[in-house]
Amino acid sequence: MHTVRESSLCHFRAVTVNDAALQPVTAPGLQDKAVALSDRVHWIGALDPTLRSFDIILKTANGTSYNAYVVRGSEGVAVIDTVKEGFSDVFFQRLESVTDYSEIKYIVLNHLEPDHSGALPELMRRAPQARLFISQRAQTMLKALLKHDAFEFTPVMTGDSISLGDRTLSFLHTPYLHWPDTQCTWLVEERVLFSGDVFGCHYCDARLFNDSVGDFRFSFEYYYAHIMRPFREFVVQALELIEPLDLHCIAPAHGPILRDRPKQYPAHYRRLSSPMLHSETGHEKTLLIFYISAYGSTARMAEAVYAAVSEVEGVRASMYDLEGGEVAPFVDLIEEADAILIGTPTINGDAVKPVWDLLSSLAVIPTRGKLAAVFGSYGWSGEAVRMVEERLRGLKMRVPVEGLRIKLIPTSEELAACDKFGHAIARELTGMQEDRIVEMA
Amino acid sequence: MAKAKVTFLDIGVTVMVPVGTRVIELSEKVGAGLIYGCREGDCGTCMMKVEEGWNNLSEPSVVEEKVLRENMAGKHCRLACQAQILGDIVVRPA
Ligand SMILES: Cc1cc2nc3c(=O)[nH]c(=O)nc-3n(C[C@H](O)[C@H](O)[C@H](O)COP(=O)(O)O)c2cc1C
Ligand code: FES
Ligand SMILES: [Fe+2]
Ligand SMILES: [Fe+2]
Repeated sequence: MHTVRESSLCHFRAVTVNDAALQPVTAPGLQDKAVALSDRVHWIGALDPTLRSFDIILKTANGTSYNAYVVRGSEGVAVIDTVKEGFSDVFFQRLESVTDYSEIKYIVLNHLEPDHSGALPELMRRAPQARLFISQRAQTMLKALLKHDAFEFTPVMTGDSISLGDRTLSFLHTPYLHWPDTQCTWLVEERVLFSGDVFGCHYCDARLFNDSVGDFRFSFEYYYAHIMRPFREFVVQALELIEPLDLHCIAPAHGPILRDRPKQYPAHYRRLSSPMLHSETGHEKTLLIFYISAYGSTARMAEAVYAAVSEVEGVRASMYDLEGGEVAPFVDLIEEADAILIGTPTINGDAVKPVWDLLSSLAVIPTRGKLAAVFGSYGWSGEAVRMVEERLRGLKMRVPVEGLRIKLIPTSEELAACDKFGHAIARELTGMQEDRIVEMA
Repeated sequence: MAKAKVTFLDIGVTVMVPVGTRVIELSEKVGAGLIYGCREGDCGTCMMKVEEGWNNLSEPSVVEEKVLRENMAGKHCRLACQAQILGDIVVRPA
């Protein structure tokens, strides 16, 4: 097993006298001991201060932490989550500082990603009597992830609970935050929510608690933006379960433990997951046209389509030239839109890079079920429209109106085709298209 | 060749197809709101509600049954990437 020394670069651990660049220690060194959240709950996680990127998609400027916890009841001990495999040693040391393996009655995994399940096989080996609890959706993943057939486990759902005598763990089914298997575990008597990746962030600070660590607001929002934002509808569903809880503390799987005013974090998720433009567009459907054009032909098409969709009642259309904007705000717009139209010429047998840049940046938002369509001018082969249609379907958008391609400069008849194209899309968007029968036999 | 009528309720489109076709082969062509992830009966993304003609689809395999259960499928739900059309059906995204 590859072992990582968590203390190697951590700013808040003991520093050598001649290392003037580092700040003095502002919290007691963690040693390799567990840290108490209460007399029954301990943190037994690991710090990873030297990590600089996580899951490829996230930057981690001061590293991260893998939080795991131990809960003690009158009739045994539960371990909530583990750590990344390379940090197993310190995890087991901290675990051993508060419990004996023979006391462990339950192991709960809120999420099977390797940063939390890495030490599970070894933990199960050391505490073979312990029963493993995972979510319903985690069952098939467990085997694929741990390459181990012999694991026994119990799948749980919202409403299920397990008893440690005078302490009770109950489960909240919170799928897709950010994997299908994710769940939260609620320690009823202490009102502590073990939330897994939810409310977590990549922020490494040995002071552990939100009332004593440095400023982690950016990390919290950045984590939400990259990990939770693609699953906004699931965030809202989870908040319905979490908001009624009388939270005393949120204990996430990464970053600070949120014991000071814990309710402000679900409230912040509520804000971050609420649509921004809703009140302004009311019941109208929003449609965005993004186009780019070298000689103006695709731009002429865009204008004709824009004029057409704008004529239809119930559609609020806007049009943007991709050359004049940045990707990030366009992504924000698309997140709230009901339909997007892409206009692209074919250049060297492909759509152009600004189009692909936009379309490769949509993984952070939910695109499922949005209406989409593509148009563009071309010279001789015109591949771009079909390629972009495929990409939009790949993003799980609906593409019911066949893409419109026009050879070189649009004639007035061809602009009329743009008008028809626009109306067809607007009808799809407003649900005003007539019922159709298609023959495919 | 025997034909069947498949209606996608969410978009009001009815398609006439040869018996034996899979729903996945049609819904994308007509732009219905059914969507796909793995396309091989593993992820549960393509779950659909069969409003009419429940018995006009091929029997679910053991694997499909399992995926439906794990995804907590409601009554009369099937995976659109798996179910083969045997007769007239009316469906919509679950
Ligand atoms: C942030 C994140 C998002 C993921 N999203 C998906 C997904 O949408 N679909 C999927 O099949 N797997 C998803 N995965 C799982 C990865 O594909 C899986 O862990 C894979 O084994 C990683 O391969 P690697 O070890 O080569 O990076 C995701 C993983 C992470 C970390
Ligand atoms: S697309 Fe994954 S189960 Fe059908
Ligand atoms: Fe994760
Ligand atoms: Fe994680």
